[in-house]
Amino acid sequence: MDKTLSPIQRRLIDVCQHNFPIEPDPYSTLATKLGCDEATVIDAFKDLKAKGYLARIGATYATGRIGASTLAAMEVPEADIEKVAQKLGRFTEINHNYEREDKLNLWFVVTAADQPTLTRTIRDIEIVTSLKVHRMPMVEHYRLDLGFALQWN
Amino acid sequence: MELTALQHQLIEELRNGLPICSHPYRTLADSIGTSEADVMNALHQLMQDGLINRFGAILRHRALGYQANAMCVFDIPDQDVRDIGKRMAALSYVTLCYQRERVPGIWPFNLYCMIHGREKMIVRAQIRHMVAQLGLTDVPQKVLFSKRCFAQHAGKYSLSPTSSVIPAGEQHEPA
Repeated sequence: MDKTLSPIQRRLIDVCQHNFPIEPDPYSTLATKLGCDEATVIDAFKDLKAKGYLARIGATYATGRIGASTLAAMEVPEADIEKVAQKLGRFTEINHNYEREDKLNLWFVVTAADQPTLTRTIRDIEIVTSLKVHRMPMVEHYRLDLGFALQWN
Repeated sequence: MELTALQHQLIEELRNGLPICSHPYRTLADSIGTSEADVMNALHQLMQDGLINRFGAILRHRALGYQANAMCVFDIPDQDVRDIGKRMAALSYVTLCYQRERVPGIWPFNLYCMIHGREKMIVRAQIRHMVAQLGLTDVPQKVLFSKRCFAQHAGKYSLSPTSSVIPAGEQHEPA
């Protein structure tokens, strides 16, 4: 866990969850900020990725402003849950696929370029799994930012 | 909002993440077939327009020790949901908070929040604090901790016909 992270890696996580520099040499800019060199920053990020702590350096999008998406849930017989999850894994439109403690036990987010594609994708999921997909689309968000500061202790 | 062709390509490319190398925007531009300046301008524009709400390190919280991930749902009268949602969102331990449509006969809940923590016990205490603080004791509610996290991808918002190949083991960004 944390113990395997170097001080540089912790600081990178602390400073890089928002506003990653958009300029020709972002890793070099970060290196200056942290008082090391670019190669150290690049190696630190590569190692974070290799160890599975970093999914990617990338973007999250404002739900409702871009494309179409919805939270969805299914009631899956306990014995089938891995099989069904595996089938869902083949849909690149699905992210955030969690098993949760409830009768509705498989929860995921479906994203698509537009509403018709989203509807089609959900129908495909129902066909492939032979299960009903319940949709809980967002009405309004009050807080949407997973870039919270980690507690290191 | 209409996206330019370049923005679509950029969004698709970014699903695999910004390259981790010197001049990553140039590398990204090369794979799209445009210039480094165009890529950086398009990104700035997406952020300025608020379409990108965060650009940076996207972490796998579970791997980092945040194993206790609670989705709390409440059935709040429609006229109160915004007010309560805003107060809920202001609590320091709430990481996501939104109103969603109910599913008639199946799922009566319309207000959701997520709490990510290292220990279930602490998250449970935070939930108790939240319920007391917002006066939600008598409101129909549920707490759904996550049990397992199956493979996850970055959202596929672009129009490109071919799905990008997601690197094996690609896994995070809790819902």
